[in-house]
Order: sequence, then C-alpha cells, then structure tokens
Amino acid sequence: MAVKILMPALSPTMTEGTLAKWLMKEGDEVSSGDVMAEIETDKATMEFEAVDEGVIAKILVPDGTEGVAVNTPIAILAEEGESAEDAIASAGDGAAKPEAKAEPAPAAKEPAKPAPAQSAAPAAAAKGDRIFASPLARRMAANEGLDLAQLNGSGPHGRIVKRDIEKALTEGTGKAAAAPAPQAQAAAAPAAKPAAASAPPVLSADDPIFKMLPPSESVPHTGMRKTIAKRLTESARDIPHFTLQVDVEIDKLLAMRKQLNERDGADYKISVNDFIVKATALALTRVPDCNVAYTDSAILKFKQVDMAIAVAIDGGLITPIIKNCAAKGLATISKEAKELAAKARDGKLAPEEYQGGTFTISNLGMFGVKSFTSIINPPQGGILSVGAGEQRPVVKDGALSLATVVTLSLAVDHRCIDGATGAALVKELKALIEDPIALML
Amino acid sequence: MADTSFDVVIVGAGPGGYVTAIRAAQLGLKTAVVEANHLGGICLNWGCIPTKALLRSAEIYHYMKHAKDYGLSCEGASFDLDAVVKRSRAVSKQLNSGVGHLLKKNKVTVFDGWGKLAGGSKGARKVSVEKDGKAVAELTGKHVVLATGARARELPGLEADHKLVWTYKDALVPNTMPKRLLVIGSGAIGIEFASFFNTLGAETTVVEVMDRVLPVEDPEISKLAKKAFEKQGMKIITGASVKSLKKSGETVTCTVEQGGKSQDITVDRVISAVGIVGNVEDIGLEGTKIQVDRTHILTNEWSETDEPGIYAIGDLTGPPWLAHKAEHEGVICVEKIAGLKGVHPLDTSRIPGCTYCHPQVASVGLTEEKAKEKGYDVKVGRFSFIGNGKAIALGEPEGLIKTVFDGKTGELLGAHMIGAEVTELIQGYSIAKTLETTEEELMHTVFPHPTLSEMMHESVLDAYGKVIHL
Repeated sequence: MAVKILMPALSPTMTEGTLAKWLMKEGDEVSSGDVMAEIETDKATMEFEAVDEGVIAKILVPDGTEGVAVNTPIAILAEEGESAEDAIASAGDGAAKPEAKAEPAPAAKEPAKPAPAQSAAPAAAAKGDRIFASPLARRMAANEGLDLAQLNGSGPHGRIVKRDIEKALTEGTGKAAAAPAPQAQAAAAPAAKPAAASAPPVLSADDPIFKMLPPSESVPHTGMRKTIAKRLTESARDIPHFTLQVDVEIDKLLAMRKQLNERDGADYKISVNDFIVKATALALTRVPDCNVAYTDSAILKFKQVDMAIAVAIDGGLITPIIKNCAAKGLATISKEAKELAAKARDGKLAPEEYQGGTFTISNLGMFGVKSFTSIINPPQGGILSVGAGEQRPVVKDGALSLATVVTLSLAVDHRCIDGATGAALVKELKALIEDPIALML
Repeated sequence: MADTSFDVVIVGAGPGGYVTAIRAAQLGLKTAVVEANHLGGICLNWGCIPTKALLRSAEIYHYMKHAKDYGLSCEGASFDLDAVVKRSRAVSKQLNSGVGHLLKKNKVTVFDGWGKLAGGSKGARKVSVEKDGKAVAELTGKHVVLATGARARELPGLEADHKLVWTYKDALVPNTMPKRLLVIGSGAIGIEFASFFNTLGAETTVVEVMDRVLPVEDPEISKLAKKAFEKQGMKIITGASVKSLKKSGETVTCTVEQGGKSQDITVDRVISAVGIVGNVEDIGLEGTKIQVDRTHILTNEWSETDEPGIYAIGDLTGPPWLAHKAEHEGVICVEKIAGLKGVHPLDTSRIPGCTYCHPQVASVGLTEEKAKEKGYDVKVGRFSFIGNGKAIALGEPEGLIKTVFDGKTGELLGAHMIGAEVTELIQGYSIAKTLETTEEELMHTVFPHPTLSEMMHESVLDAYGKVIHL
C-alpha cells in the first residue's frame, strides 16, 4: 500500500510553506528519520524527516514551489515489494491534483536547483558595481560602518532602504570589517585592502559572449554569494596554497564509534566527522605551528583551536565554529556540531557563532567524493578536506588486504606553514585517526 | 442565478473598499463588493469631496468680498445657500457614478445590500447580503475584507437631533444659514465646517476639549491656526467642554465649562464633530475570534484579523482615519493575498494629513515635539509665507512651512504647513520621505520660481542654517 507524504506543519501557526529543496530523488530508499527535504516557512527553513519507510515513487511538488498548503501530498512512497507504478496508481487522484497546481520545476533533473524566487533581491545588480540604496540608507550605513555591498535590499528593484539598514544593525550583519576573523584583528585587515583594489574584472551579464551561449536564468547575487565570491577570490589569488594528501585507515575508528554509540544510555550519536574534528584539533595542539594566521608583520600562533566546520546551506555555505575544540570530548563536539549545523540551515547562527575560527574542516565524503582540495578561509592558515570512507585494497607486509580508507587533503598557506610543518600535522593526524584510542589521552 | 463564489469579497464600497476591489480584480482575483448605501462611501458622498465643494464656494465668496484688495470691484457680493449645496451634491453624484463605472470596467461584481459575515470556515467564508430585511444573496469568499468604515461619535447629552444639533451629514445639506453657530470639536471635520460657515457670515464659536485647535498637528501650527481663525472673527475656546444643550424653539443654549468656570452660549445651530466610531455593529463579528477595541477592529500589519481569511481595513481599524490610508491598506492587503513579491506593510509615518480650512493645514510624519520625545537630536527649519514672492503676489502672506530632520542621519522626520495651497504642496515631502531623501537631496532639488513650493526648499535650508530669503 503506497503512502502519501503530506506537507508537514512544522510550527503550530504554519498554514503553508515553500518546498525549498528535496534532499532525495525519485527511486531513493527512505527509512524513518531520514531527512527528506527542506521546508521553508515564513520564519525559518526546517528539515523534514521521514516517518515511514519505503522507496520514493514520485515527487509531486518540485523544488522551490511556494505556498504549498499544509497536508498537500508532496510525494508518494512505495512500500516494500511495491513497484513505483503501482504506488502511484494506488495513491489515487488525490495525489495528482497538487502536481497540476505546482509551478513546473525549472529543471526537474537538477535536484539542487535553488528556489526561483529569492525573497531578497540583491543590492548590486549583475551589471557592474552600482549599489542601489536610498540616500538615507547610504547615510546610515556610513554612520554605522556598514558595507552596503553585503546587504540585501528590500525596496523597489532591490533598493537598499532604511528598514534594511535597521535590520542589519539589529542582526549585526553587514559590518564593513566583519570579513576577517576577529582574532587577527587589526593585523589582518590592512593586508586584505590592497588586494581588493586590484581585483580583476568580472564579466557582466550582458556581455556579448553570453549571446553565443544557451538561454539562461539569472539568479541575482545574495549577500552571502557576494561574500563567498570576494573572499575566496582574494584567498585563491593572494595566498600561496599547497596541498598534502594522505590516506588514513578508519576501521579501528569505525569499531570504536560503534562501541561508543551502542553503549547503554548513550544520548549521543558520534559521526566519523566528529572523530576527524576531534583528531584534527588534537593534532593542531600537538603541532601548534599549523594553528596560525599570517599577518603583515608577524605570524600569529593561536593558543587554542577554534574549529570552523563548512556547512552547505541553501544558496551557499557557512562555517560555524566549535570553540576550544581540542579541550572538548567527542560527545560535546558531536552535539555542538549538530546544533550549529541545524542553526546554520535555519539561518539562525549568531555572528559570533560563524565569525572567527583558527582552522577549517570541509567534508564532502557523504557525496562519495574520493578526495578534493579546498581554498583557505582567510585569515586562517589551513583547511582540511575530508573524502568518503570506502573499502580499498591495501598492501600490508607484502599481502593484499581490505581496509576502510579516507583520503585527507590538507591545504595550507605557505607564507606561514612550510612543507615539513604541514607534513608534521598530517603525520600526527594520521596517527591519531588510525589509533583512535589515543584520542582519549 | 448570479455567481456567488469569489476569491475576495469586500464588505463596504467606500474609498478603502472600492479601491481594494479594483486592485484585487487587477491581480486576477475574482472579486465582489457589497455596499448598503452609496458607492464611494462617506468620503465621496458625505465627507471629503462634498465638503471640498462647499469650501470652494466659501473661498470664492471670500475673494469676492476682498475684491478691492486686488484692485477689483464686486459690489453686493452674496450667496444662495441652496445653490451652493446643490453644486456640492452634484459633484458627489458625478463621482459616485464614476465609481460604478470603474468597478464595472474592472469586472468587480457589486451586490446592493447589507453585507455581514455569516459563518463558513477558513478558505470559504460566507457573507450574507440583505436588502430591505430580505436575504438577497449568500456569497462565499476565500478571503473577506471588511471595510465598513466609521460614523460620527455621539456624546451622551449632546446627541444630534438633525434639526438644531447637526452631525457632519446634516451640516452638508443645511436647510438654513445659521446666524450663530457652535462647533464642538476642532479636528479636521469640525474646523472645516467652522471655516465654511464663518466665511459665509455665521458668528462661529469652536469648543475644543484639548488645549489647542487641530490637536494632532504640530503645536506651532495649531497656534498660528488659532490666530488666523480669530482674525477672521471666529471665537475659539480651548481646554473646554460642552456640558449640556438646552433647546428652546429655534435656538440652543450651550453650557460650556472651561477651567472650572461655566458660561452659556446661545446659538441657532450646533455641529457635533467629536470624532468617529467604527461601524462594527451587525456585520457578523459575534462568534468570531475578531477582536474589537473601542469600536475598531484589531489587525496585524497586513490587515489580518484574528480570524484566518478575514481582513479589516480603513476607518474600521486603527488610526489615522483617512481615505488615503484605507486605500493603501486595502491595496497592500490584496497584494499580499495574491502573493505579490516585495509587498511591505504601510508605514504610517508616511501618511500625510490635510485640513481644508482657511488657511489650509497639511502635515506628514512626526511633529517636533514627538520627534524629541522619541529621542531624536532634531534640526528644525522654518520659513514664513511673508518671505515668498508668489505668496505676496497671491495676497496670501500668512503661513509657515516647518521641517523636522534627524540631525544624525538627515532623515526628514516630519513637515508641517499652514497657509494657502499647502494641501497641494505636502505631497512633495511625502515623496521625499518615501524615497528616503536626506536634507542634501532636498537642498539640491531645483524648485521652480516663482512658486509657493520654493518655501519647501527654504525651510530645509533653514534647518541647516543656509536659508536665503529670511
């Protein structure tokens, strides 16, 4: 018997919402507790977890559909032994109607397509750098030290108006000097300035080259997109990156994880990533020369590890921070990471929760990526990229055997971390992960 | 059988209701409007528009009497009150049928009768329509917008009898020209009638309970208004209230108490203009979650009541009670219903107010007093009509334009005007506020010479110590 998945009421007052993004596609297996989709209400973006088990037979309401009423069928789940066709047929016409109402998905085959209607329009239009803002908004921004380029305008045609400035002031966003981490303070800020001045031009959306390309949809830049573009361009251009790769075996770690998670009364569920976060923090305390920032006159060696964790969110990414990470136990790290990631996806992180950090970890293992390199998040000195854990043949003592292996890539800023220093960190990290009992010491 | 199922049903076709209906129809919503009396409501039939027609007659009469000042002669200037009233009614009638055409053109279905909520549930609200005691239709609306407006407040003991004691409605169609008139209340309605009858020669007394006339205006403007009215022979008693009315034959004796002392004033007619009350009765609010506070329905910033799918706009809701506020509220309400992007709630600090007495009064935003109370470090500019060439040429050398800025940001917080044609000038500052200009853009704006609008420029310059003609 097929199950109709209905639009959930995620708050007592919710009557309708936007189906922001499906995290599963047709044919995917679902078990209870899996996060199926992101639902956006007027208040927040929330995850929608599956209650039933089965296989997604059909998605009825595509990504980015706005104004979906609570209890509207949004997908059909086929139960064990039931074919997708049977499930759709047995779900009946009640399920077919909403599909007709829903706006057609811009491209049904791309599940990660952003919602077509961004609630906030961009301040600077795609054409060049002119920022549309009311005179009062400009005056207020100048008085308060806000960077208009980082704000979204809610006025006509995306114009930044007084209420946008007031909102930024209440939320503490858009500070002109917010980009560099507070730890580096004055030292890092001047370093960034000359670089910005020589930024290379970016093609305008009306450049003739685009006339030769297929038709496109224009998704205006959000404040987050502008920040990502600006900071990562500067980082990739101005920081001499080099990368060190290492394969680490995690069978012992997996066994230990199982043991910890299956303990009686365990109120935590530690992930592989939590272990890697803990191990990296510990390795950085043992190789403090890698927990650093380069400034114009000195290398700043931080006295604790504040670990930034890259979290993909709708329309970009953000890096919430686990402060003093090396001093925290696995359960605490796991709990904080989950809470911060949830807040990040709900857009509820406070500035102090994502500004700062001495080192970053980015994990794309869940997508099956074997290995990758990341761009350093300035003014930090390094970033660790974590690939997927997979069984691979390994040669041990001349014999072929199987092991679960993860490839780690460490990208560092050569201005403050040299090859041997980076290698020392990698060595320490490998030792900690492959002999995870040492994490307890 | 007419279609009775709609996306939006609007109860009341006053300026709020009919504009809301037209906008809803433009947005592709199937729209009905229910009206018990006149399309266009009070504003068009018994308020804003017919009073402007009367005041125009009074204004021309005033010029006729002062023809000499302009080197003209106009011996034996007089008026025919019936003809003045007839013209006023004709103006209303012309506009009333205009509203009918507009609704028809936009394919809004109009139901003639008394509309009231009649149950249903969210998404399918019922509105019953009654005419002469008989049910004529039952409508279903996905959304229902209540726009039933307001009426004159009546104070106990001072109720209108429509013969000797008038409401604004009686005063619009006077059957006699009172020799002596007493107006209770010096808000916009009271002062406009006082101005009309005073200009036509009635010995006019205005009694105001607050300490100044036009109490919502900037105190400086109130002071100038009082001076101007008194110069025209009007008697103004502030901080006073009418305790009782004694009618005898064709006269009324009013007992007016001021500062513990009471005096009797005998007049031919009394106009009661002591505010308004919302029309919340018999519109089916019983048994709903809709909350009423002192005769006005409570809504959120999107005009939503506590009952999902039911909205309320205009005079039926909170202040300011102005036609243009109702219109904007209604437009925003249906644009939100239609899911339009970029809709924002109405910012009441940007709603101008106009009073068409002689001299005219107009304002927008905060008074100097209120701005200081809110903690702004204000910069205030003033420019008097006496310094403006056009004002002198018009023979209107009395008046003031006052501007209030936030010293920190240059935001125009408010503007307050008194004098000739200021009701037509105020929109300039409304645009400035909506576009969020600072003093700088206003200073850089070229105002044409010779116009009264130059004073708007000078007032801004004065706030920043750069005034030229003062």
